[in-house]
Amino acid sequence: MTATTTPGGTDTAAVRRAIASTARPPRPGPLATALTFGWRGMLKIKHVPEQLMDVTITPVLFVLMFTYLFGGALAGSTSAYLQYVLPGILVMSVVFTTVYSGVALNTDLTKGVVDRFRSLPIWRPAPLLGALLGDSVRYVVAGTVILVLGVVLGYRPAGGVAGALLALGLVVLFSFGLSWVYSALGLVLRSPSAVLNGGFTVLFPLTFLSNVFVDPATLPGPLQVFVEVNPISVLATASRSLMAGDPDGTAIAVSLAVAAALTAVFLPVTTRLYRSR
Amino acid sequence: MTAGSALAIEATGLAKSFGTTRAVAGIDLAVPAGAIYGVLGPNGAGKTTTIRMLATIVPPDAGSARVLGHDVVAEADAVRGLVSLTGQLASVDEELTGRENLVLIGRLLGHRRAAARARADELLDAFGIASAAGKLVKHWSGGMRRRLDIAASIVVTPQLAFLDEPTTGLDPRSRGQVWEIVRALVAEGTTVLLCTQYLEEADQLADGIVVIDHGRVIAEGTPGQLKASVGTGSLHVRLLDPAQRAAAARVLEAAVGTVVLEPDPAALSAVCPDARLAALGMGELGRAGLGIAEFSLGQPSLDEVFLGLTGHAAEEPPSATLEEQAS
Repeated sequence: MTATTTPGGTDTAAVRRAIASTARPPRPGPLATALTFGWRGMLKIKHVPEQLMDVTITPVLFVLMFTYLFGGALAGSTSAYLQYVLPGILVMSVVFTTVYSGVALNTDLTKGVVDRFRSLPIWRPAPLLGALLGDSVRYVVAGTVILVLGVVLGYRPAGGVAGALLALGLVVLFSFGLSWVYSALGLVLRSPSAVLNGGFTVLFPLTFLSNVFVDPATLPGPLQVFVEVNPISVLATASRSLMAGDPDGTAIAVSLAVAAALTAVFLPVTTRLYRSR
Repeated sequence: MTAGSALAIEATGLAKSFGTTRAVAGIDLAVPAGAIYGVLGPNGAGKTTTIRMLATIVPPDAGSARVLGHDVVAEADAVRGLVSLTGQLASVDEELTGRENLVLIGRLLGHRRAAARARADELLDAFGIASAAGKLVKHWSGGMRRRLDIAASIVVTPQLAFLDEPTTGLDPRSRGQVWEIVRALVAEGTTVLLCTQYLEEADQLADGIVVIDHGRVIAEGTPGQLKASVGTGSLHVRLLDPAQRAAAARVLEAAVGTVVLEPDPAALSAVCPDARLAALGMGELGRAGLGIAEFSLGQPSLDEVFLGLTGHAAEEPPSATLEEQAS
């Protein structure tokens, strides 16, 4: 530990002035409080930019690996496969990032500052909502990295820039909803690594047994049924349709509904867990 | 208790268990407003759990408490608006700078950005930590971190401040600085509930003290009353050879008074009301041919208080685990 020392100590007169001088401001609104916690998340990224690795390097690896590994075999050429797989990788990469929201929350709980937050007169869900709003910025970064790299490699969305941005927005909203589930997991499990393992144990089958990488038409019957109801497939379909400039209203509505339902169920659950843990 | 003064904290039968462990087993408290009230006890006595219940962080399993007139369960939000907590683990965010910590709390309490910054700078200056304000708190020394922690508790001056072992693990100079801040807080009208495992700290600061052990109150009174019940002073001796401790204990027991063996295998102390008796005891040790490394005459330790009050020593030596937390 690096010790920082200060010359001089406290100035009693100044301490007394500082203690005496305050008026209590009116309480801030729920959203303002949550945004302040979001700002806290941004400050941490500013101080330790390395923590953006999982939303920059990992997505780049995913795009390159899957495009060049599967492209020739699955679609005849990497450029043809890129047109199919890029919206899927967008979904997968951003959805994977949601697990880290739970990990970060679990790590935060071991620190004394959480007790201070709990003792403040603030809207109860604010620390959680704020953290997840901050994490949404990470989702935007991951999605942007993938879209830019895709265009560099030759991906051309028929829906243009607007279609691509709408798809990114949809994926970020869905991930925000899903991140409540991982926050709840982060509050229930005992260690960050347990959250990580638990999170990916669920997410790996969900993302791979979906239409992210392959057209489910060739799959055996029961698996095909699973793939079609899998919300990750629905989200990938919705994103593809937006990027193709031919929006699939049903898939988009279902994706948004899943996000809203996860938030509605897990926001109160998570808030309660945060209070009692 | 001063008759007629308003009570800042009124608790009856407060209890909390974690699994099969009864952390707090029915505590009654009556803390007068405008004073420093000490809660004295060893590690694991239930001090932190008591503070956490009163600060509305965990609900009690049984019993009830009113803080500044509000029930800690039914009116938790009202309580939160009037109190602040400085936890045993530093309740500051180590991954932010000192200034950011204070601005964050100011914003959460409703200050606009400019006001939150101005308040942060005022507190950083007053507490002598402005020079490190832009550095991440994880690189700060323990003493500065504690001062930041208390500063975060008074971004908006609370009517009641909970301080959970604010000086554990600090060097004497940093401890003195924290004491000064606590005194200033009370001088400006804030009530302070101070948890500590140092009798000296309670003696220096507190107007009233409760001693708790195994989640129960075992004694209550002014520091003077408490010390009177355990002897006014204590002779501490460290021997050159730990193997001679039993012999030294017999000598001191006969010449001075009740002897307590300290966690240090070469150290022991004896309840000792005055310096004359201490000198006599040292003379006896010399005559018995026991080599002395060092000795001092001081206040009774927490161990001795416990021995005096309960007939058994405080179970955990109040050192190791807390040093770890502070580092």
